[in-house]
Amino acid sequence: MTLPLMTRRAALMAGGALFLAGSAGALTLSRQAGDRKFVLVILRGALDGLAAVAPYGDAHYRAARGKLALSPPGEAGGVLPLTEGFGLHPDLAFLYAQWTSGELAIVPACASPYRERSHFDAQDVLETGAAEVFGASDGWLGRALTALPPELKREAVAISGSLPLVLRGSASATSWAPSFAPSASEDTLSRLMDLYAGDALLGPALASAIETNAIASASGMDGMDGKGRRNGPGAYKGLAEAAARLMSAEGGPAAAVLSFDGWDTHANQGAANGQLALRLAGLDAAMRALRDGLGAHWPNTVVAVVTEFGRTVAENGTGGTDHGTGSAAFLLGGAVSGGKFGGDWPGLAPKALFEGRDLAPANDIRSVFMAVLRDHWGLDRDTLGRTVFPDGTGVRPISGLIRT
Amino acid sequence: MPRTLAASIAVNRFGLGARPDEPEAATTDPKAWLAQQLTRASSFTLPSGGLPTTRSAAEALGSYLEDLKTKTDGKAGKMSPEAQEEAILKPLKELREILIAEIEARTLHGLTTEAGFAERLVLFWSNHFTVSANKAVTIPFAGVFEREVIRAGMTGTFADLLVASTRHPGMLLYLDQAQSMGPNSKAGKRRDKGLNENLAREILELQTLGAQGGYTQADVTEFAKALTGWSLAGGRTKLLVPGADPGDFIFVDRFHEPGTRTVMEKRYSADDEGQGEAILRDLANHPSTAQRVATKLARHFISDTPPASAVEALAKSFRTSGGRLPALHETLISLDEAWNPEAQKFKSPNEFFLSALRFTGLPKIERKAITAAYGLLGQVPWQAPSPEGWPDDAASWAGPDAVIKRVEWAQGLADRLGTKVRPESLARAALGPALSAATAQSIARAESASQGLTLALMSPEFQRR
Repeated sequence: MTLPLMTRRAALMAGGALFLAGSAGALTLSRQAGDRKFVLVILRGALDGLAAVAPYGDAHYRAARGKLALSPPGEAGGVLPLTEGFGLHPDLAFLYAQWTSGELAIVPACASPYRERSHFDAQDVLETGAAEVFGASDGWLGRALTALPPELKREAVAISGSLPLVLRGSASATSWAPSFAPSASEDTLSRLMDLYAGDALLGPALASAIETNAIASASGMDGMDGKGRRNGPGAYKGLAEAAARLMSAEGGPAAAVLSFDGWDTHANQGAANGQLALRLAGLDAAMRALRDGLGAHWPNTVVAVVTEFGRTVAENGTGGTDHGTGSAAFLLGGAVSGGKFGGDWPGLAPKALFEGRDLAPANDIRSVFMAVLRDHWGLDRDTLGRTVFPDGTGVRPISGLIRT
Repeated sequence: MPRTLAASIAVNRFGLGARPDEPEAATTDPKAWLAQQLTRASSFTLPSGGLPTTRSAAEALGSYLEDLKTKTDGKAGKMSPEAQEEAILKPLKELREILIAEIEARTLHGLTTEAGFAERLVLFWSNHFTVSANKAVTIPFAGVFEREVIRAGMTGTFADLLVASTRHPGMLLYLDQAQSMGPNSKAGKRRDKGLNENLAREILELQTLGAQGGYTQADVTEFAKALTGWSLAGGRTKLLVPGADPGDFIFVDRFHEPGTRTVMEKRYSADDEGQGEAILRDLANHPSTAQRVATKLARHFISDTPPASAVEALAKSFRTSGGRLPALHETLISLDEAWNPEAQKFKSPNEFFLSALRFTGLPKIERKAITAAYGLLGQVPWQAPSPEGWPDDAASWAGPDAVIKRVEWAQGLADRLGTKVRPESLARAALGPALSAATAQSIARAESASQGLTLALMSPEFQRR
């Protein structure tokens, strides 16, 4: 089955008149990009999209998934009903509430243009936004921030020690993570800045860190302990809280990148309960924390939750799933026009599977990112298709996912 | 005797960093000092008193799993947080004690060893064959894997190292090989269990040919089938092979997929343990593997973007020596590109941490300070986030937050040492001619010895090697 989950008409309505001028300069006063927050959450290790968004009504679902299949809505451990025979994993209760209030949209079968099955190469393509491995040395979000007109806010922060590839290429991107050590002396930092005057690597890095620390300190984050440093389902929430506090601070960044590890479920993945369910619950708690922490900014926020590729439709020999292709992507936030699916659904019929084993990549993940950058930040198609996503001129943003 | 630039490069770039009490040989004949570390097994040995053997690690895992089963009784999901703490987290914490002891032992060894180049090579290869303790079942094995496989294999060939790594419980468990069964094997047909291709894929992609090395999905599946049956004794599988002790490598015939396998267009008919091993040995000696290993080694010791000439020289050494590691490592010493006066590499957190401690001449450091430092600096040993291991480029390690965390840690260390150190003379001794005038002046003008030490450790030249 191929469901055209969104009509052309809806697309026209969403992508319409406001952007006829087609350039970032056309942003009106009511849409200051600085107030339009964007959070990118990368689930590293490859999320099993069929476990998060179960097509329980697909005739092939139960047979294809075996023990990994979730029960229909209403049964013990059953999915939370979406539309058209789809259901959310029972541990995604907050996301489900967002769906019912129209603030969650799902693109069910996404992938980057990468078609092999290496995590590392796939994350490279997901983050560079290029059409192939090593196609660019910096990231699409970094380039998007640089492409924003100078009067708009274009600071971004990654909640991690180092800058993820997706943010590289922007001079105003920084990284921050909670610390449990006494902060460095201001005098020592200023002497180090002198010493780094001619150092192209250390100079900008330290300058950027000093600035972010000032924001964190003004937001009362000095006392945060180091718990957020250990990644894993228990840590997702702390990372999200940190992002929300930094972003909602006075002068806080417009964009944040979070990386949640631990999705490579090769063994004993579980279904309604188990290892993957724990991670999904952690993700759900983190998204709730983002909403709570962003508070008044939430109505102007888009959060994209994505992964490098999906996993095999069938269970492997050890109760898990192996590396696959299509997976689910989520857009949530007050600025999302949700309660619906975007893109196409390829179905689980054996013939519809990619290489006979994976959910087919019916939707290019770049079309989701482009939708956010065009409709939320007002970047034009030409900039998106050439600069932000090299070789992206043939990719069409999915319309109607963002409130305008 | 003052350090020449070559002597400074030998201890700082090839080694773990200068100590005030560095042996004289490192200064008089740096290249010979590096080369003599390569062929002696003792250079690579870690004093392992009190640390587990593979067998005792397997026993520790066995009793942990037993304990967990008794205490949770399959009801973990329904327990109160307090009961979960008692039943799940406490046993895990006890298991982690093994890892913490391993971390302490390796750190203290790194702090004082005179064979710094050998130790750096151990860290490099241990990262190439990553066994991360980010899974409960690998926690007790990560350290012993490094000691019994990596350290023990440093004077042999790459092929032997690859085979030993693949047979070790740490790797078998980390990459889900131990329970993989052929769909047409005796056990696979009877049970609803089957193939897991994780280990086969990561060997091809990360440990041998590389993602661009010319293999296909079919090669992954075929190789995974050839490896079925490779497992370890412990728990119930101990009963499958009579006489096996916990942690022993075992080949379980009833897990093995019968038949001939084809990998990289070559047929492997031996329908037993030898099938997987023959494939491993061919992969080890494949030109793509030589290229990949050479590139990684050059990237690690020379530059994030190493010159093609250096990569080619290393690849050639790998090919012509049949993957003999001492020959490969000696080639590295002989490369002009490796002696570039300009330090190109930004130190990883672990390299920064060890070199900073060595710089101060401290004889030891307490356990708590060790684990806290690794956590703060962002590189806890044996906790690499994925089978790819730790990254090896400045872009991954010199993020804004990472840099300021280094300042915080350096300042903490300097504050503890107080006025006990003379940073200017330490910097001169450690860096020799590599110490810049600007850094020397900044240290000299510091308001305290403690600030001077922080500035020395955070100076551009000390952050690089």
